[in-house]
Parts: sequence; structure tokens; C-alpha cells
Amino acid sequence: MIPASEFKWILPEIILTGWALVLLLIGGFSKGALSSRISGILCLVGSFSALFCTLNLWGVNIDIFNKLYTIDDYGTFLKVVFLIVLTLVTIISFRYTEREGIASGEYYSLLMFGVLGMMVMVSSHHFITIFIGLEVMSLSIYILCGLLRNNVKSVEASLKYFLLGAFATAFLLYGIALIYGSTGILDLVELKRYLLTKQPFAVTMFLAGIGLLIVGFGFKIASVPFHMWTPDVYQGAPTSITAYMATGVKAAAFGALVRVFYTALLPFICGWSTILWVIAVLTMCIGNITALVQRDVKRLLAYSSIAHAGYILVAFITGDREFTSSILFYLLVYTFMNIGAFTVVIMLGRNGEENTDIDSYAGLGVRRPFIALCMSIFLLSLAGIPPLAGFAGKFYVISAAVKSQYYWLAVIAVLNSVVAAYYYLRIITNMYFKEPIRELGVIDDAPQYGFVMLVCVWALFHMGIFPRMFILLAQQATRIFL
Amino acid sequence: MADYIWLIPVFPAIGFLINGLLGIKFPKTLTAWVACLSVFCSFVVSAIIFKQFLDLPAEARVFEMTAFDWIVSGDFSTQIAFRIDALSIIMCLIVSGVGSLIHVYSVGYMHGEAGFRRFFTYLNLFVFMMLILVTADNLLLMFVGWEGVGLCSYLLIGYYYEKDSAANAGKKAFIVNRIGDLGFLLGVFLLVTTLASNGVWTLKYSELQANAHLLTPALAMAITLLFFLGATGKSAQIPLYVWLPDAMEGPTPVSSLIHAATMVTAGVYMIARLNFFYTMAPTTLLVITIIGLLTAFFAATIGCAQYDIKRVLAYSTVSQLGYMFVGVGAGAYAAGIFHLMTHAFFKGLLFLGAGSVMHAMSGELDMRKMGGLRKKIPITYWTCFIACLAIAGVPGLSGFFSKDEILWMTYSRNGANIWFWLFGAATAGLTAFYMFRMFFNTFHGTCRASEEVKHHIHESPKVMTIPLMVLAVLSLVGGYVGVPHLLGGSNYIEKWLEPVFGHAPAPAAQSMHAFDLSVIGNAFASSGASGTVHETSAELYLMIAAIVIGLSGIFIAWLFYVKNPELPKKFVKKFDGLFNLVHNKYFVDEIYGFIFVNNLFRLGNLCKNFFDEKIIDGIINGTASLVAGMGGLLRRLQNGLVQGYAFAMILGAIFVLYFMIRMIP
Repeated sequence: MIPASEFKWILPEIILTGWALVLLLIGGFSKGALSSRISGILCLVGSFSALFCTLNLWGVNIDIFNKLYTIDDYGTFLKVVFLIVLTLVTIISFRYTEREGIASGEYYSLLMFGVLGMMVMVSSHHFITIFIGLEVMSLSIYILCGLLRNNVKSVEASLKYFLLGAFATAFLLYGIALIYGSTGILDLVELKRYLLTKQPFAVTMFLAGIGLLIVGFGFKIASVPFHMWTPDVYQGAPTSITAYMATGVKAAAFGALVRVFYTALLPFICGWSTILWVIAVLTMCIGNITALVQRDVKRLLAYSSIAHAGYILVAFITGDREFTSSILFYLLVYTFMNIGAFTVVIMLGRNGEENTDIDSYAGLGVRRPFIALCMSIFLLSLAGIPPLAGFAGKFYVISAAVKSQYYWLAVIAVLNSVVAAYYYLRIITNMYFKEPIRELGVIDDAPQYGFVMLVCVWALFHMGIFPRMFILLAQQATRIFL
Repeated sequence: MADYIWLIPVFPAIGFLINGLLGIKFPKTLTAWVACLSVFCSFVVSAIIFKQFLDLPAEARVFEMTAFDWIVSGDFSTQIAFRIDALSIIMCLIVSGVGSLIHVYSVGYMHGEAGFRRFFTYLNLFVFMMLILVTADNLLLMFVGWEGVGLCSYLLIGYYYEKDSAANAGKKAFIVNRIGDLGFLLGVFLLVTTLASNGVWTLKYSELQANAHLLTPALAMAITLLFFLGATGKSAQIPLYVWLPDAMEGPTPVSSLIHAATMVTAGVYMIARLNFFYTMAPTTLLVITIIGLLTAFFAATIGCAQYDIKRVLAYSTVSQLGYMFVGVGAGAYAAGIFHLMTHAFFKGLLFLGAGSVMHAMSGELDMRKMGGLRKKIPITYWTCFIACLAIAGVPGLSGFFSKDEILWMTYSRNGANIWFWLFGAATAGLTAFYMFRMFFNTFHGTCRASEEVKHHIHESPKVMTIPLMVLAVLSLVGGYVGVPHLLGGSNYIEKWLEPVFGHAPAPAAQSMHAFDLSVIGNAFASSGASGTVHETSAELYLMIAAIVIGLSGIFIAWLFYVKNPELPKKFVKKFDGLFNLVHNKYFVDEIYGFIFVNNLFRLGNLCKNFFDEKIIDGIINGTASLVAGMGGLLRRLQNGLVQGYAFAMILGAIFVLYFMIRMIP
């Protein structure tokens, strides 16, 4: 019997679900610009109220619904990140969806369902709940990717993501099944207790289960060699959805990954950390090297997001529970710089014409100094240049590796960020030191974009110059692992 | 009440941001107002704090304020925090006060320039950085200011960047300063690691002072020497002084503010700030004294043989900075800071005066083409006259008191070493000579300018002359805060700085001794310890001797350039070789060029031709083809076909499973 009072802890999830259903109804009964605009505003209201409720949960640590669901600071921190993503993406979508003709209630509704899935995914100690969250998130995004129905690439992206996502889900589910089979447990905390006292019933099976979990999560965080869908999907999906995926999905996948591996599977660290060491190195190197030769900015940012997953994995594999805070910090920082960069990508495009090749950026510094300046800030932050937040994030991640004596990994990460600087700076040099190659026409200018860019710029400076406060928050959030 | 000290540096930053970010369409007047007001506001805040200090007991004259944690990493943390005490308030007053005057002056001086806004933006940024440097309460933040002023110095020296010489001078200043900055940084590193090995993680001055005893003498010496290397760069001492004369390529107000009154004194401030370390390292102090004396003397000799008035002033600055180091090297930090202050007044004034002369002479700098300007630009003439008297050490003006204090400290604190004193006094004589050489050449005699230039000679506008007059008044009276006990004063500034520098050794006996020549005789003979009993009389004799030397310098200049203008030519003819040597600055630039610059270029070329083009390019081209190859391979994998992607996932899964299962014991 579930006491009714427990529902108050999932108020943010309830709000999101409710609003999403309302939006779905609006979308079902009325089409047109006005209804989509209202949906957008309602979505914003919904995400703000959910954000408000989530912030109130800070400091609450409680298991509810027979331990199927958990409210703790770790989950709350990530939920705040998701809701920030939702808010920012909603704001940039106002104009973008109208321009591309995909504005509808369903769009916003799916955005909210996706975030709902992410929130469920990171707030449970139970494999089944995590899996349900993952699926809710993924299904929403499969649809969102294919919203540009007249665009072949978008449809292709959606289908590819769906097929490969289903494939990866199978791995994940099989992994859970093997772990259950060898221990009889689906709850992470109980699993930890079990592993501390005795060996699993069938060790091989159990280890294979861990391996399959790595594959499943590796797909969602876009790590090599499970990354191959990323460039195609990121490029094909509507740009606002790309921003949503690159930040929200990645944060959710990492959130669940960290929770599973740090809560339950730490006793087996020597096993998975070696594998993930290789995966992290491959992810950083292949992500960065391939990004070097890209000429399409969306694709370039896709590879860059692969490389960033590698950096986060660097902190992850140390297995030191103290440094998990650097992962959360990095995810937060990463959210702002990526959404900012994708906003600029959106602004340069027009209906049916994305202008994402690098030549489109030539001369932007002269034509639109403000946009170029913001883009430079996002790219410099991605490259990890102080005093921007990207530097602080990278600093904490690499110092985690150094403190845990993964020196080679730290060296490889630093070398990689040198390589990465090249392709980020290439865009900047294009913006400032090249003559415009062709006429681009009017840039899609709207106050919403400017607002989002300013928020991101401010956040990057704020977190870069005063990282301490956020690190302390992240440390409080990760205290559950200690 | 200490809450608002952060306002001191912040005001110029606001001015910088307003002019820099929003000022594109500002009219010049608005830009000028924003720039001047922002610095003046800092001055007002400094003055208010100064007023509060006066009402407080000496020990309580420290305001500290932490804005926020800046870097926190493990046990080490550094804050953005400010500290105003007796020392930094003096620096704040000088920087913001003289800074405001020079800002006002620049409004007139830079009026016709195209880069008006750029100039004031940089200048505000400079004041901001300089105030950060002096108000920081830890070494790391000081280093931020230190680098920041270096950057602004570079930007402003190269203000006329279309001119090759200006661009090169900027580069030279920047590169030479890098060497010094490296010393500063190494000093910080060594300090941090040393203290950390004793379990203390801090860079905050007050905590450094409390933990200074953890340093062994050898380490203290190493650390202080490294910091001093930093100071030789920023404050233009041997061996790194070569950038300052070239820095005169910048607009004259810049030379006045940055390269005379404030930035170049940062090294002196830094040593005074870290006095607790320097006191622990007598060897370093001796090194500082010797370097300071040598710099002071050699720069003064070079100053005697230059024709460009700004170059004369530049070498004079180098020489006077040497003086300040002699002061702090003797452990008399208060004397060094005192001279820093008076120097800011009269040297700032001299540069502004030179600017005013240039303004009148259509940009002419060569004093051989000047002369007879006395009547035509009277305000400039009189203010420059006061400044020259002050720098020459004529009794009663500011320079006299501070210079005399340093000379006396050099003598008394270095075991009554008469040679140090003699060097210092000789420099003072040379200073008097070259300053009045410049003065007479510029203002007296007949005008040697071309007719066209002559036609245009006019006094500068009020916006330029008023700062001149204010600085002239300060040069006149600025010394009275440090009248020595000997002359019935109380040496107020030394007492003021006591909370920072600790108690100076007991002042000399108050009673006047009978005329006793034997003291000087003894001192000359033994150049060793002289009894404290005789100190007062010794101080008096030395003072009189210094005055005589200074006045004779003026007299010789008068003889050479007013009474008998043919004399210098004869002199030059007779001592042809010597003159050429000095006129060409002892060929130090050429020697540096031959030893360092050429070889570095050669090394650079070697690197470029062999290392870069063969090895690096080889690697890069190799990598590129490798990457291209990999790219080709990856592209073949990244062919857009889902089967391929799934296949890669399968391979990955096999790899992961293989590794996992291999784990089984």
C-alpha cells in the first residue's frame, strides 16, 4: 500500500506529466500558429513550476513507493539541469519551430515527456524504474528527431536513432537480466549490500551483465564505439532537438550510469574501469580527430559532444566517489555552452536552409559582432579556455584523474583538448578573419535567441569565475555515494 | 566600514567597460568625462579612507575585505580580497591622484588623435590594473595586476602601432618584462611549495608574514632574489632596464603615468610589501643596493649625453628608480616609498611638461632644435623649473627630502659604507646636471627651431596647464611629510608606515654635535663603522655635502649651456670616445642584440628551418596523412548505413564482454 502523502515528493514529475497531457490535447484540437504559441508559453510555465518544485526538494533524501523511486540531492541536482535544458530549449523553439513549420502542441508535449523520462531515470535505485525512464525519454526523442517530415535527413535520423536505440536498449535490458539472474536483485542498494557480503551466484554471468550495461549506457552517452549514430542523428534532427539531445540526454545517461556504477558496482571497479579507460581514450581521440575534418558545424559539434563524453568518462573511471562532483559540474557547464552554440547555429539558418557549413560563419564578426562574440565565448568555453566555465569543468575532471593517479589518462585528456582547440578556433578564425564567402541574407533574429545566448554567456562566466559555489552544490549532491 | 574598499579598483574598471563596450558612438567629451571621473572617484574613495585612517590608532589602520573565493583546490585557496593599509593607501592616493591629473591632461593632449577612445579605454584599464596591484591582499591577485599593467603598458607604448618603432618598442617592453615576470612567478612557486611543505597553504600577505619564520635563510634569499628579478623587469633596473627608454614611443601622458609615476614603481612597492622576507635576506638586500646604485649611476651618465628630451627623462626615471631600490635595499622601505611618492610628483610633472613643450613645438623632441621657450610658454617653464629643482635635490623641495633620506640610509644602514654614499651623491650631482642641461637647452638661450615651428609656438590649453600647476605645488610641498629629525621635522611618513615596516632602528640622537670634521675623515679612511655618537653630525655633513654636489651640478649645467654655450662642443670634441660611448648608451642594446637577440633569432631560424619545417611539419604532414587515412577508414565506417553502425556496436560489445570475462580469477 502506497501512502498518498508520498506523491508530494514527485510533484515535479506530476506537473510535467499533467502539462504534457494538456499540451497534447491542445495540439489535438487546434492547429495553427496561435495554438502552438500558447503551447510554447504553457510549456515554459510548466517547466518553471516544475523547476520551482524541484528546487524545494533540495536537501530531501527519501525512498518512496516501496523503494522503487528515490528522492535525493543527486537526482535533484540533475533534475534541475534537465529543467534548465527544457526551459532554454523551449525558449529557442518558439521561433525555430515556427520557422521550420513544426510548431505544434505535440512538439512541446514531447519535450516535456522527454524530460520526464530523464527525471525518472536519475531518481531511482531500481533497475526497472531506471529502464522505464530511459524508454520514456528515448521514445520522445525518436519522434522529435523526425519532426522535419519533409526533410529526408531528419526522417533518416529518426529511424536510425530508433533502430540503433532499440538495439542498445536490448543490450541494456539483457545486462539487467543477467545481473538479476546471477543475484536475484534489481535494487541497487540491495545489490551493493549483497556484493559486499558474498559473490554472485554466477560470476561470469554477472560480469557479462556489467559489460552489457556498459554497452547500453555507452550508446546513450555516445561513447566510442557506440557513437556512430551521433553525427548522423545530430545533423539530421531539428537543431533545437540536437541541443536538447546533446545536453539533456547526455546528462540523463551519465546520471543513471554514475548512479548504477557508483552505488552498486563499485566492488567490481577494477573490471569496468579498465574497459572504460580504453573507451574513454578512444572516445576522446576519435571524437576530436574526426571533428578536425568536419566542415559542417552541426556535425562538428556532434563529434565535439562525443569528445566531451570522453572527458566526463575520465572523471568517471577514477571510481573515486569524492570526484563524482566534477562529473555533475561538467554536465551543468556543458549544458550551457552547448545550448548557446546550437542557438547560434539556429540563428544562422533559415527555413529549409540550415547554413551549417563552416563557410557560412565567414565574416560573421564584422556583420554581426554580438552573435560572433557570443559564439566565440561558447566555443572558447568548449575548448576550455579560462576564465570560462569550460575551463573550470575540465580542470576539475582532469584533477580528479591526477589525484587518483591516472596520469596517462590526464595526459591524454590534456593532449586531446589541445587538438580540440584547433577545430573550435577554426570557427572563430572563420568568423573574424575571413571575408564572407557568400551572401547569407537576413539572419534569423529574435529576442528569444538573444536572451538564451545572454543567459548562457552569463552562466559560463559566472561558473568560470566563481566555480566554488557550484562545486559545493555538486559535492552535496554526490554525498550519497560516500 | 571596510566594506567599500573594493570600490577603489572598480571605478576605473567601470570607466573601462563603459568606454570600451559602449563608447563607439560617444562624442569625445563624454568619453573624456567618463574616463576622468572614473579615476577621480577612486581618488575620492582613497581620500575618504585616508581620512578615516587619520582618525584611527596606528595599529588599526588596516582594512581588509574578501570579495569571494577565487581558486580553491584542496588545501590551497586564494581569494579575490583587498587590503588597504598605511602602505597601500599611499599607493592608491598616488595612482588615483596623479592618475586623475594625467587623465585630465590627456584630454587636452590627445585631443586631435583618432584613437581618442582607445587611448582612454586603455588608460582606465591601466589604472584599474594598477589599483588591483596595490590593493591586492595576496600575491596571486597582485600578479594579476602585475601582468595587467604590463599588458596596458604594451598596448599604450604601441599606441601608434602604424609606426614600426612604436610597435617594436611595445614588443621589446613586453618581452623584456616576460623575463622579469618569470622570476616573479618562480618566486611565487618556490614560496608556495616551501610553505606547503611546512603545511601552510597561503599567499596572503598577513599569513605570509606570520609564517615567514618557516623559511630557511637560503630559501628566503632565493625567493627574494626571484622576486627582485621580477622587480628589475617591471621597474627597469640593470640588467632589464633596456625597455624603458624605448617605451617613450608611447604618447607622452602614458610615459608620465605608466613609465614614470606608477607602473615602473610597482617593483619597489612589491619589495616594500614583502619587506618581512627581504629583512630575512641580507644578501638580497645587498644585491638590491648594488644593482640600484649601479643603475642609478649609469642611467644618470647616459642621461647626460642624450638630446631627445623624453629620452633624458626616461634615463632619469631609470636612475631615480635605482635610487628607490637603494633605499629599500638599505632596509629603509619607508625612504624608498617616500622617494617613490615625490618622484611620482616631479617626474610626472616633468613628462607632462615635456608633453607641453612638444605640443608647443609641433612634436619636436630634439633639444638641439629648441631653446628660448621661457617667454613663450611661461606656465610650462615655471612648472618645469620647480620640477627640475625638486629632482636636483635643492633644499626645501620634495626631492631633496626623499633623496637625502635615501642617501643617509645608504650610508648608515650599510655599516657606514662611504662608497655607497659617494656613488649615490655622485648620481645626485649628475642628475642635477642633466636635468638643468635639458632645462637650459629647452627654455633658455636663443630659439633654434625652424621658422615654421617658431611661428606656431603657443602655451597649452588650461586643461593641460592646470594639472601641471597642481603637480608643481605637490613637487614643492610634497616633501614636508618626511622632514628628517635632523632638521627639526618628525619624519611623519616613516612613522605612518611603521605599522607595515615595523619600527625603524632608533633615530639618531637628537642633540646637535659640535662641528667635527674627523667624522668624515674617519668615514673616508675606514669606510667602516662609525660610532653612533657621531651619527647626527655625520648626517648633517653628508647632507651638506650632497647639497653642495647637487648645486654644483646645476652650476656646471649653467656654465655649459647658458654662460658659455661653446664649452660643451669643445668638451665633446676633447672626450670624443667617451661621449660616443655614453651617447650610445654604452652600446648595451647592441650588446644585448649581439648576445641574446641575434642568437635567439639564430636559434629561432634553426628551429624554423630544421625543427619546425623538417620535424614538426613532417610529423604534422605525417599525422595529417594518417588522419586522412584514418578519416578515410572512419568515413568508410561512417557510411550512413545502420548495419555498419550496428556492426560496430557488436564489435564493441564483444570487446567489452571479452575484457569483463577475462577478469574472472
